[in-house]
Amino acid sequence: MSAALLIDILLWGSVIGVGLIAFRRGKPVFTASLREGSMDFINIVPRIALGVIGSGYIAAIIPQEVITGWLGPDSGWLGITTAVLAGAATPGGPVIGFSIGTVALKSGGGVPQVVAYVVAWALFAFQRVILWEIPFMPARFVWFRCAVSVPFPFLAAAIAMVIGKP
Amino acid sequence: MSEPSPKDPAPAEDAESEPRPGRIRKPIGWSTIFIAVLVAVSAALVWRRDGTDGVLDILTHDLALFGGIIPRVLAGCLLGAFISEILPHEKVSRSLGPKSGLMGLLIGTAFGAILPGGPFTVYPVGSALLAVGADFGAVIAMVVSWTLIGYGRAVAWEIPIMGTDFTLWRIVISLPLPILAGALGRFVYVRLSPKRAADEADT
Repeated sequence: MSAALLIDILLWGSVIGVGLIAFRRGKPVFTASLREGSMDFINIVPRIALGVIGSGYIAAIIPQEVITGWLGPDSGWLGITTAVLAGAATPGGPVIGFSIGTVALKSGGGVPQVVAYVVAWALFAFQRVILWEIPFMPARFVWFRCAVSVPFPFLAAAIAMVIGKP
Repeated sequence: MSEPSPKDPAPAEDAESEPRPGRIRKPIGWSTIFIAVLVAVSAALVWRRDGTDGVLDILTHDLALFGGIIPRVLAGCLLGAFISEILPHEKVSRSLGPKSGLMGLLIGTAFGAILPGGPFTVYPVGSALLAVGADFGAVIAMVVSWTLIGYGRAVAWEIPIMGTDFTLWRIVISLPLPILAGALGRFVYVRLSPKRAADEADT
């Protein structure tokens, strides 16, 4: 069974689970949340469409080599800083982010730098923030969360330096 | 692709006019316009470089991706709606609110780590939790936990691409980060907007 299928099963299983709880609270509760969720969905779809269908073009004009270059030979904290910036600037989905990390590891990038890159990408890759997080969440929360997250790729790199390689 | 018309140029980003982080659907805001412009410019550059075929190649690929994601987005929206409906407000603000302490951050972290699905789940659910009484700190812990120690992306993408050793090691390093991020968020939030934080603590 593929991981994607497993995740879909878990996802829909959870939806059915909470749906059943709502249903047992009474039919009005159930239909109200069903309507609310569907309205959210209808409101969000154009934005997701724009993001998902458009992201291929953004990824195509910021080629992976550019980002990989930022993860270059600079070691130490300067290298970690450029790695964090590269993580934030990486377009596209997880395949691109992790592939760049792998390329950097294989071509001699430092492990703390790659950790900083992957963690920064996970925390605030601009495309995910704008395409996914902002449409769903209050914008005030999103900017606040990103600002608060800035120290953590550096902290992860520091931990990586202390505890050593995998 | 047709550009969405910016019907409302003053979106919900204005912190003062936004009544509360809630489930208020935003009109098309500047971030959507920004993305639309970015996509249009990128598509034009691809067209100049690769011609119509290049543009169509990417379009068909991304349309397929979009088709695969759509049902999951629906699932995420329904999950968020059900959760905000079935979770009692006072219980959520007690266990995830501004005064929930370390326990609230731990619950947020655990929730983020076990939440199935991708961005299409975590953000609607996070938004729902904010609406029913969770504070920024707990939801930051949840979102950061999902992105750093959640199993979904790790299993589907990181392990196949980066290898099991690196992934597990990276997750171990990341373990303390959601709690620290949530704590930092709470610490800064109370100082940035003390009045709002006090209001939320009272509700």
